[in-house]
Amino acid sequence: MMTRSTANFGIWAFAAVALLSLAELAGCRHSAPANAVLKATAQGTALVESSGGHQVGVTGTALKDPLVVQVNDDQGNAVPGALIEFHGPAGVSFDPSAVLTDSSGQATTAVTLGDTSGRYQIDAVTPGKTKPVSLEIVETALDYQERVGAILADKYCNRCHDPESSPVRVSNYDNLEIKPHPFTEGNTLNKMSDADLTSIIQHGGPALNRSALMPPYGNTLSGSDVKALIACTRAVSDPPYQPPGTVYERK
Amino acid sequence: MRSIGKYLSSAWRALFGDPVRAFGFVSLILLLTLAIAPAKDHFSQWHSYQRKYIALIRDRGDAVSLRRRMEPGIHQIWLPELGVVDRCNTCHLGLKEASLSDVTQQPFRKHPVIPHPVDGFGCVICHGGQGPATTVAEAHHSERAGEEPILPMRYIESGCGQCHQNALTGTPQLNLGRTMLTRYGCVHCHAITRPDGSKIEATDHPPSLAHLADKATREWIFSWLKDPQAYAASTTMPNFKLSDADASDISAYLVSSSTPQAGDTGAAGTKPAAAAETAAGPSLYGESFCASCHSVQNAAGNLVGGDLGPELTRIGNKAKPEWLAAWLQNPRVYDSTTLMPHYRFTPQQIAALVDFLQAKSDSDYGSGVHLDAATPQQIAHGRKLIVELGCAACHEINGVQKPENFAPDLSSIGSKPLAQIVFLPGMEHSLPSYIVAKIRQPRAFGSSVKMPQFTLTASQTDALATALLALTARSRSMPDSLRVAVVPETNYHPAGHAGKLITELACLSCHRFNGRGGDMAPDLSWEGSSVQRQWLTAFLHNPNTLRPSLIRRMPRFNLSDSDNTTLTDYILSVYQSPAIDADLAPTTTTPDAIEHGRQLFYSKYACQACHIVDTKTDKGYIGPTLTQVGSRLTPAWIYEWLKSPQALRPGAAEPNQNMSDEDARALTAFLMSLKAPGGRGAK
Repeated sequence: MMTRSTANFGIWAFAAVALLSLAELAGCRHSAPANAVLKATAQGTALVESSGGHQVGVTGTALKDPLVVQVNDDQGNAVPGALIEFHGPAGVSFDPSAVLTDSSGQATTAVTLGDTSGRYQIDAVTPGKTKPVSLEIVETALDYQERVGAILADKYCNRCHDPESSPVRVSNYDNLEIKPHPFTEGNTLNKMSDADLTSIIQHGGPALNRSALMPPYGNTLSGSDVKALIACTRAVSDPPYQPPGTVYERK
Repeated sequence: MRSIGKYLSSAWRALFGDPVRAFGFVSLILLLTLAIAPAKDHFSQWHSYQRKYIALIRDRGDAVSLRRRMEPGIHQIWLPELGVVDRCNTCHLGLKEASLSDVTQQPFRKHPVIPHPVDGFGCVICHGGQGPATTVAEAHHSERAGEEPILPMRYIESGCGQCHQNALTGTPQLNLGRTMLTRYGCVHCHAITRPDGSKIEATDHPPSLAHLADKATREWIFSWLKDPQAYAASTTMPNFKLSDADASDISAYLVSSSTPQAGDTGAAGTKPAAAAETAAGPSLYGESFCASCHSVQNAAGNLVGGDLGPELTRIGNKAKPEWLAAWLQNPRVYDSTTLMPHYRFTPQQIAALVDFLQAKSDSDYGSGVHLDAATPQQIAHGRKLIVELGCAACHEINGVQKPENFAPDLSSIGSKPLAQIVFLPGMEHSLPSYIVAKIRQPRAFGSSVKMPQFTLTASQTDALATALLALTARSRSMPDSLRVAVVPETNYHPAGHAGKLITELACLSCHRFNGRGGDMAPDLSWEGSSVQRQWLTAFLHNPNTLRPSLIRRMPRFNLSDSDNTTLTDYILSVYQSPAIDADLAPTTTTPDAIEHGRQLFYSKYACQACHIVDTKTDKGYIGPTLTQVGSRLTPAWIYEWLKSPQALRPGAAEPNQNMSDEDARALTAFLMSLKAPGGRGAK
């Protein structure tokens, strides 16, 4: 009798502990996120990106510029004090992940991308007056090879291929009679195979019957440099590059 | 009790009542015991990952070849000379499978392309963690003594830094961190020895404070010590979080120990010459290209200018006018090692510049500071603080010796055992998070910590942490054959009178000669083979712009004719490239050859994409303007440059076009025909 009641007690105790811990786990998982302390004082009806979208960063590191989004109302006026939450795929982190808009209706967060290279779709969500409003923002993370390409492009290519000028680097794009393709120009570059890009980089524009203003880099860049440049071009291309031969159907 | 006894004896009889039954039961137990090992194996974590991998590849187009390459069981990369025993590829099965590039699910992702094969170096060398472990928890997260959690991806470049002591193209973060170790003066206090035994040397130039009272007032010193960034946001001087009394005592000691410098007081005796006109200052500041090295905050709060010299936004608050005049007269009198060139300014020019710089002040800065004359006790206390805080580790201070080994040696910081670290409450228990926290807020680790507060951005902190994490025990025990040494600066010093001039003009602050000097301006080791005498003389008199798109330019030093001739002679006779023989230079000047060269320039090689020859038609301005190149460069240099730019200047951006001798000769003839019209440099 004694042993049975002890055993019964043990079973019940175990069940109780298990239930409690399950409840605890569930609680942890569904406990209110960090924004519990943030009390929105206003709601907007639209979200717009102010800056920080379409950045190209490096896997596992923070993006250079913060992401800034703005909440507007029906009239397009900025709404201060509205809550914005940032969501991203696994591996992406935000600092902070939820924030109230400032006096100019803007919310700022620092974005750290995940460990996989490629495009990251980030969602900014604000509760809105009637239904939640969300905004999609795309950022790109480069892996080692792609970034080596980006660094090489900065030294050898972007002076002509990037139409944007900065105080330290004036673009030569406008000075060229035949305009080079920016590396983001997926509509053109995605149609060119790796072999085509390799020969145009190594042997210059005339190799593919294109502009002679593109000089040959085959004696300046190594084979792995050229591969890195192509990898970088593919990574930043917009619309995204679809590599041939990696889409498999079920048998 | 009796019932239990009865139950047990009946059970015994049931199992061992007769020999056959007993044999059967014992055999069953033996079988079950033998099954434990395979069962454990079957239910192990790595086995379940291998089953998941097989399920993942089953439906892919190349399933058969993927399945053939996948070997079941525990895999191991064993590299005895590196001390690597890595079983990571037991679960990370897709590392080498190029066709899995679309798989994002871990642990099956393909490894990104890196310059080294995974089999040749293993995984933990870069990623950290426990290689021999076969469970995720132990491999990735262990904090036990002698073990470390896996390294977060943002510090991954520290792995490269264990072998590569030189700067790599693909590791900008590591390179930045290493530059910061020398530029922010970390190595003044912390000794860091590289694995090859060489020491990391500081490259900043903390000013000597031996004659400080000539330069600044005690009130300014006090305000500066309290918050250096309030005076100049870009300064690398950290904040020591001093109390008012301590800052006052330190300033008292610095002023009382300062000895007057002959040049400074000499200038103070006579009133500086009156400036010719008020507009002369700003234009002289511009013409002298002071902004190539010094920055000033603009109205929007952005720093504009170089970072070789100190920021000048509030220089009027700091520098006494007499000192400023003496400094501009000849900076090497006050500081013989300064990077600042000795401009040959006239007294009027100095007066104009002093007026201009004195106006760069902020009336609010330090306005509330009034210090009473210090007592001897306060001065003595100031000296005690200077010794305790290690000020003399960076600055020369009269009466205080430079301390040796002031702060802990960081040569093996990347392998510091977690057991030796006192973590702050709530902090992640890992080495990177400790290093980052210590750099961000050193004083949070206790009131006795002397390390000052640096003002760094998050990416700068990460870069520093990356450079420190590369300093591992493994980097020291690694075979020499794997080590890529840093290229040390030579101790090159130009000789004779010209050498003295080159030192005075601080040419090496911007230019590199024979492996020593700065990287702001071109390497001049072979300048003598490159340029013509007349052009060089004229250029040293008044440097004109060769590359219109550059912001930083060569200043004008107001050289005398004899100094100019000395420098020109020295450059032309000493800085000669052994690869260039002027006697073998192409000498063709026939109109046919020139025309052929022109056609090659514009059509075959399309040089106009980057260079300008005819200002009416050409627009390219990546390379130098070539409108008068025939009066500037020698034909031998042009010819060799066209054949291979990188052979003459490693890293040159101009592509090597693999030009034939014939084409190079024709192009040289064309470029040499582009002479300066009449005047300067014309033959």
